[in-house]
Amino acid sequence: MKLSLSWLREYVELPAGLDPADLERKLVDLGIEVESIVDQGATVKGGLVVGRVLEIEELTGFKKPIRFCHVDVGNPAAQEIVCGARNFAVGDLVVVILPGGELPGGFHIGARKTYGKPSNGMICSAAELGLSGDHDGIIVLPPESASPGTDARPLVGLDDTIVEVEITPDRGYEMSVRGIARELSHAYDAAYTDPGRPARSAATELVPYEVRLDDTVGCDRFAARVVRGIDPSAPSPEWMQRRLLTAGIRTISLAVDITNYVMIELGQPMHAFDLNLLKGGLVVRRAHPGEKLTTLDGVARVLDAEDMVICDESGPISLAAVMGGETSEVQPGTVDVLLEAAHWDPVMVGRTARRHKLFSEAAKRWERGVDPQLPLVALDRAVELLTTHAGGTVDERILDLNHVTPPAVITLPPDLATRRIGVPYSPEQVAEILSRIGCTVTSALDVTPPSWRPDLVAPIDLVEEVARLGGFDAIPAVLPPVLGGGSLTPAQLRRRSVGRAMAENGYVEVLSYPFVAPGAADAFGLEPADPRRSAVRLTNPLSEEEPLLRTSLLPPLLATLKRNLGRGERDLALYETGTVFLPHLTATAPPQLGVDHGPSDEDWQAANAIVPEQPWHLATVQTGDAAPAGWWGDGRPATWSDAVQSARVAIAAAGLSADRVSVRAAEYAPWHPGRCAEILVDGNPVGHAGELHPAVLEALELPRRTVAMEIDLDRLPATPVTQAPAISTYPPALIDVALVVRTEVPAADVEAALTAGAGDLLESVRLFDVYASEQLGEGVKSLAYKLTFRAADRTLKVEEAVAARDAAVALAASRTGATLRG
Amino acid sequence: MSYRNDPYDPKQAALLAPEALETAVADAEKAFGEAKDLDALGALKPAHLGDRSPVSLARREIGSLPPAAKSDAGKRVNIARQAVQAAFDARHAELERERAARVLVEERVDVTLPWDRAPRGARHPLTTLMEHMGDLFVGMGYSIVDGPELELEWANFDALNIGPDHPARGLMDTFYVDLPGLVMRTHTSPGQVRTMLSGELPIHVVSPGRTYRTDELDATHTPVFHQIEGLVVDEGITMAHLKGTLDHFAKAMFGPDARTRWRPHYFPFTEPSAEFDVWFAEHRDGPRWVEWGGCGMVNPRVLTACGIDPERYSGFAFGIGVERTLMFRNGVSDMRDMVEGDARFTRNFGMAV
Repeated sequence: MKLSLSWLREYVELPAGLDPADLERKLVDLGIEVESIVDQGATVKGGLVVGRVLEIEELTGFKKPIRFCHVDVGNPAAQEIVCGARNFAVGDLVVVILPGGELPGGFHIGARKTYGKPSNGMICSAAELGLSGDHDGIIVLPPESASPGTDARPLVGLDDTIVEVEITPDRGYEMSVRGIARELSHAYDAAYTDPGRPARSAATELVPYEVRLDDTVGCDRFAARVVRGIDPSAPSPEWMQRRLLTAGIRTISLAVDITNYVMIELGQPMHAFDLNLLKGGLVVRRAHPGEKLTTLDGVARVLDAEDMVICDESGPISLAAVMGGETSEVQPGTVDVLLEAAHWDPVMVGRTARRHKLFSEAAKRWERGVDPQLPLVALDRAVELLTTHAGGTVDERILDLNHVTPPAVITLPPDLATRRIGVPYSPEQVAEILSRIGCTVTSALDVTPPSWRPDLVAPIDLVEEVARLGGFDAIPAVLPPVLGGGSLTPAQLRRRSVGRAMAENGYVEVLSYPFVAPGAADAFGLEPADPRRSAVRLTNPLSEEEPLLRTSLLPPLLATLKRNLGRGERDLALYETGTVFLPHLTATAPPQLGVDHGPSDEDWQAANAIVPEQPWHLATVQTGDAAPAGWWGDGRPATWSDAVQSARVAIAAAGLSADRVSVRAAEYAPWHPGRCAEILVDGNPVGHAGELHPAVLEALELPRRTVAMEIDLDRLPATPVTQAPAISTYPPALIDVALVVRTEVPAADVEAALTAGAGDLLESVRLFDVYASEQLGEGVKSLAYKLTFRAADRTLKVEEAVAARDAAVALAASRTGATLRG
Repeated sequence: MSYRNDPYDPKQAALLAPEALETAVADAEKAFGEAKDLDALGALKPAHLGDRSPVSLARREIGSLPPAAKSDAGKRVNIARQAVQAAFDARHAELERERAARVLVEERVDVTLPWDRAPRGARHPLTTLMEHMGDLFVGMGYSIVDGPELELEWANFDALNIGPDHPARGLMDTFYVDLPGLVMRTHTSPGQVRTMLSGELPIHVVSPGRTYRTDELDATHTPVFHQIEGLVVDEGITMAHLKGTLDHFAKAMFGPDARTRWRPHYFPFTEPSAEFDVWFAEHRDGPRWVEWGGCGMVNPRVLTACGIDPERYSGFAFGIGVERTLMFRNGVSDMRDMVEGDARFTRNFGMAV
């Protein structure tokens, strides 16, 4: 909302020479957000003076007609100025900017030669001065309004300061000059004249127009007055136009401008009807579903049963509180006017405005709350302005259908302010502050809020006002009493540990949006029944192309990988931890949970039962070299085994020992069916790792051999208390064995058999070579292991180690068909 | 003085002559001294210390000496032999030192060769920053609470005094889904609702995490962003406690000069409410106040909806944007850098922020 300081000064006696920075600070401290404070006097620099046109010489032979003028600017010699406008005559008073001045936008004015004539300065239009762009030609001041050479700024409104503020939604009363002036009177401790009090008129027995109020919930007050015989050609006064333009409101006609002017001044939205276009008595009621109305913006609207309308015999003529209709609007030739000022239900207006996407200035005020005691005051003010500027006869009858309920009394516990704010406030201080904002306060702190403060309904609302006007600076900084120490939950510790481990192992963390395209499931080659196809859909996605929530981290993560590749990176290892969204197959609405007390345990459980599972996953993707080439030698391309390794690193970081992790071959989209490992902990699957399917990589336009891993961190068992190992100080016995097995036998099975067969003396088993050759034979491979044996209590004898080795090989032979290679 | 039966053979015994021994020692010292390396020295050893070396042959002749002369000759031979051995040892040690020094010189490398042999990973600065903030509060006795990102509409709105007609519930800000009663949480406050509903009092928690609003991505907005919000509920909690907590938080984050400044504001879930700025001395454009977050006393309606008696308990709450903090604290000028996942951006931060 934009207002001029001069308008505010009409109602609050602000100090002269107000410092804009101080004004801003005070507004901010009142809770009014300041967008800008502009001293218009400073927007035009240098001499801006009144000039009288003495001579005009028409210059011809140019593309457009040009005037060479002699202008009296208060100096002995007339100023020679070339001007392209034609809307002035000899003797007119105009606005001249003198050489050396500067117009808004950094436009410097100098003395120069143009169109073959000297031109010293410029005759200004409103647009050039940064005022409105509405007028054609230069500004012609009213005759004899000033003498040549005087400062022209006050005459064109350039002596004012424009304040643009943002009002929080709870403070409807601040959406007006009346409200802001009231607030400033608190901050400056300045005298305030309330333009909203008192009403000088009252309802009469006879009404100026028949109105029936059918719904006193939607509309608890409806007042109207009539003025007949106004001059339809009477323009809105300059000052009114200027103030409206400043506020960002288009000027339309005097009657409409007045309703807008009163709205901004008092905060009371109003409407002006052409009395002669109304057909029969008015009815204020809810709309019938499907009823139609063309509003002033030219849009034909279908109404809802909740909307309120004003109707005449022809049907709805106004979408109440939000926007008027076309048929009854004040016209250029309107001479008889019905002025309406009502009070509408804020909830109704809010819904209507949202339903019809009509966030008019009126709707904004209604939604935030309007003083229900304003209608008659506003009508008085409008009638006064209308008759002052357009004549006419005032109908002395006044309609006022008033069903307004007075504000309820709030009993404020005397110590509540102190207890909530932490600053000692005596009941007297509290009463004083609340009186200042218009409350009626008894000594027992029974508080009746003023009618313009519908936001004050509970004791805490009053405490807020005490805190605000008492000043936040008065509040001391005190740390609350300390509890016992806090700590992270095991799941939080695990997420941190895993994240650090991935980063320390060369992976770069990304935080992708969890939004996915429906085509991703096909690109990933998911089976029709794959549960990952069952995704939650956003009903209002930012991009229609990505309306689904991820059921796997990989689609967004691979998109991020691709973006990096597109920016020229070649060797990339990325990781992400985050939630995936897994809807329950049966979606029912949660139970209605009220806000008057906490939900029952059953209701709360029932509500949470519909919340989709959102487990934390970890995923890695990698392409290019896992180890870079350099002066030390060749690089090492990332392979499926790097992906498996990343899962092992993560599980180890989660505090689970390697012997609990196992791996087996799996066929699982989107991985390569021959290069996909299922990762298991204690025999339970937790995720997959390996090389991605070539078709998937082709569909996603990613490099061949890109690898990926994804595990469900929430499926990992709890981190146990790790037991200390027994460290033997006796020497180890090392024995190598090479076993030949069929190619399809998993190395993990052979190792498991060796481990089981070797018994307690085995300390470790390490596969150090895998190879196949013609010599070895078709369909078999050689696995070479280094077995380390050690006893806790003695130096092993060679025979003991050999016996254990033999037992290990024997079990491997029986379980996997392994034969010892010569 | 000599005796007839003295078997002394002057010819043979010449090797035992002091002059001969001296010569043998001198020859050995000279030869060892001229040996260029350990191999050469080793090759000389038999000639001067071996069985056929002068000192060894001299020792053999002692047996032929009369008993009276044996002791004297033995001493001289031993002295000579020790001298030869000492000469050998000295030269050996010298040559070993030379060789060790030469090996060190020969093994010299260029230590300025590039060292980045393993790819460097990094954590996202938003993650690191959230953990840092979380740790500050854990140190103050708070717990960290998580909550679902796809959340009950009731927990995200109704319980927080954001009624069905509140503008924030329109399609303007909130992502809705095709499941009834659920929304993408617009703040991390529903996590606090869940904490309050757990029924354990007093409460000292912070809830960091991902939140969603329907803002298009641009230099200063992102539809998916992170917040950290704090909540304290106990008997006798006041705005002074809130101020003390925020000032402490500001100092821990931005140094001892940091402090907060409050502006009255409106939030449905707190009353009184304020927005707060922080004095940030390290700002790259000079020390200044920076908008940081919102705060206030928990609205009694919120306590009621969460089953807490507002007559007995009061509380404060605050929230800040993590992206916003990273932007001014670390000089990030474009929001997109934080969300696009460019590895170069993240690697820049490494493991710290």
